[in-house]
Amino acid sequence: MTQRVETRAQKAGVASAGLRGTEKVWQSLTTFARRYPVGAVAAVLLVVIGLLAAVAPVVSPHDPLFLNFADLQQPPLSRYVLGTDYEGRDILSRLIYGGRVSLEVSVLSVVLGTTVGAVWGIATAFLGGKFDIISQRGVEIIMSFPTVILAMGLLFALGGGLWTVTVAIAVTRLPFGARVIRSVALTVKALPYVDAARAIGASDLRIMVCHIAPQCVAPYLVLATAHLGTAIAIEASLGFLGIGITPPTPSWGNMLGGIVANTYKPIWWLVVFPGLAISITILAFNLLGDSLRDALDPKLRGQ
Amino acid sequence: MHTYIARRLLYAVPTLLGLTIIIFFVLRVLPGDPLVLLYGEGGSASLTEADKQVIKAKLGLDRPLYQQYAHWLKDVVTGEFGKTFARGDNVAEIVLNRGVITGEIALLAVIVSWLVGLPVGILGAVGQNSVLDYVARFLTIIFLAIPSFWVAVLVVVVSLLVFDYRAPLGIIHPWDDFGANMRIVLGPGMVLGLATAAYIARLARSSLLEVIRDDYIRTARAKGLNERVVVLRHALRNALLPVLTLSGVLFSILLSGSVAVEQGFTVPGLGSALIQAFQERDFVVVQNLVLLYGVLYVVINLLIDLAYGLLDPRIQYT
Repeated sequence: MTQRVETRAQKAGVASAGLRGTEKVWQSLTTFARRYPVGAVAAVLLVVIGLLAAVAPVVSPHDPLFLNFADLQQPPLSRYVLGTDYEGRDILSRLIYGGRVSLEVSVLSVVLGTTVGAVWGIATAFLGGKFDIISQRGVEIIMSFPTVILAMGLLFALGGGLWTVTVAIAVTRLPFGARVIRSVALTVKALPYVDAARAIGASDLRIMVCHIAPQCVAPYLVLATAHLGTAIAIEASLGFLGIGITPPTPSWGNMLGGIVANTYKPIWWLVVFPGLAISITILAFNLLGDSLRDALDPKLRGQ
Repeated sequence: MHTYIARRLLYAVPTLLGLTIIIFFVLRVLPGDPLVLLYGEGGSASLTEADKQVIKAKLGLDRPLYQQYAHWLKDVVTGEFGKTFARGDNVAEIVLNRGVITGEIALLAVIVSWLVGLPVGILGAVGQNSVLDYVARFLTIIFLAIPSFWVAVLVVVVSLLVFDYRAPLGIIHPWDDFGANMRIVLGPGMVLGLATAAYIARLARSSLLEVIRDDYIRTARAKGLNERVVVLRHALRNALLPVLTLSGVLFSILLSGSVAVEQGFTVPGLGSALIQAFQERDFVVVQNLVLLYGVLYVVINLLIDLAYGLLDPRIQYT
């Protein structure tokens, strides 16, 4: 009997803790929205874009790959909201599916690049010595390549495709993660509680994972958000240059490729809409990144 | 001073060597069989074993990797970049021919970015939170988000559709026909310059705002100097240092952007040579051009480091 009461109490406790947890998240979200309305609007916009991309097959009015030779180069606001291209494919559907590819590539590449960079940064900061010096020089060398050129070189070796583009962009993001997180880890490493952890016999790995890494989460988030816009831009340039995601799979970048070079009289709606999609998404990522930095950076907090 | 320059130059050597090692690894070791790179999977499979040997021997691919690397290094140092596969053109000649145009575009972009970015940043900082400041910040944020190659395509499309104008195509050097050359490089230079100006404006504003709160600025105001002298002579000098540092990084962004902007304007610069080599799977050209872009970046940053001393006497060359 007592046993059962206890379990019930435990259950109630767990439930209320769970409730408190969601309430807390909700509360911090509303605080963020009140303090940084621009960032909040950007976040909502990004959620909408992300949702559209996620449910692309449901919301897009036409098949993005279907060549409709009866409806070539239809202008916008005709039967097709944003018009059709030279092959009669629906621009709006291609934008929605293209967003899916572009967002997927940029989010995955930033997560991959920044995470590997962060792990590298923590390791070099913690181990120090020759390993640190050599890896810093390595980071410097990778950063000496202009980003698009570095990604191009990698794609030349790996071939075009969703995964290779993701990896190529991730490599260009890696040095930033390594640099920023290393400097954070260096300051954390010097704090007394790390010495305390060592004094009670914690292993190096344990200190890195349990004591240093958690302090790097906030800068990691700020860094990753700030670089999402850059990743979209790099993917777009690569697609535009015809070396990124290979057609006919649409991406925002490759929808812009070859429009000017191929025809004497380009049609404007092919140029305007993908560029707008790219610009608005980058803008939203940048604004959210700025707000997140203000909210999470301890140096700026309270100002 | 001389020892500082010497040390700084020596410091660049391992960086440059590192560049070549990474390029060689990525372009020659990573892909595995270079013949697959050249002819594609199907093309390579259809070659007979004897053909493969002949082609490999001709390109020097039959030697061990370290020898190929050493040979390439020797070529680079002596300025002998080899020939393209497709047409047998001399790579060094391509670089010189097209490098002039890309160089002009980059120079123009740097000039435009400082001429536009700096005044916008100064105006924003001086009139902090004024209407002008808000307009400047709004424009800066917008310009940071818009990809420059899209602006390039928009400019080309609008001038075609509205004015029925298109800049001349082909490689025209300034000493052959200056007007035509300017019509080629003006568009890309302006577009790249404006994109870069946004970065400069943002940093100039924030760095000037920081300096303007310093004590010595209050002293300058207290002794009755007018605001223009205070800002332009006293504050700006110190505020410029971070902007100069950023210029090195910006140069990388500029080089990155120039490839796509050149493609947008269909300008025959180094970027389009790189794209062409990429499509023709010509790894000799890609290898050398990628190295060129990397070396340019290292050299520019070296020069910026050296220029510090001229602008800031506090920096000691020890």
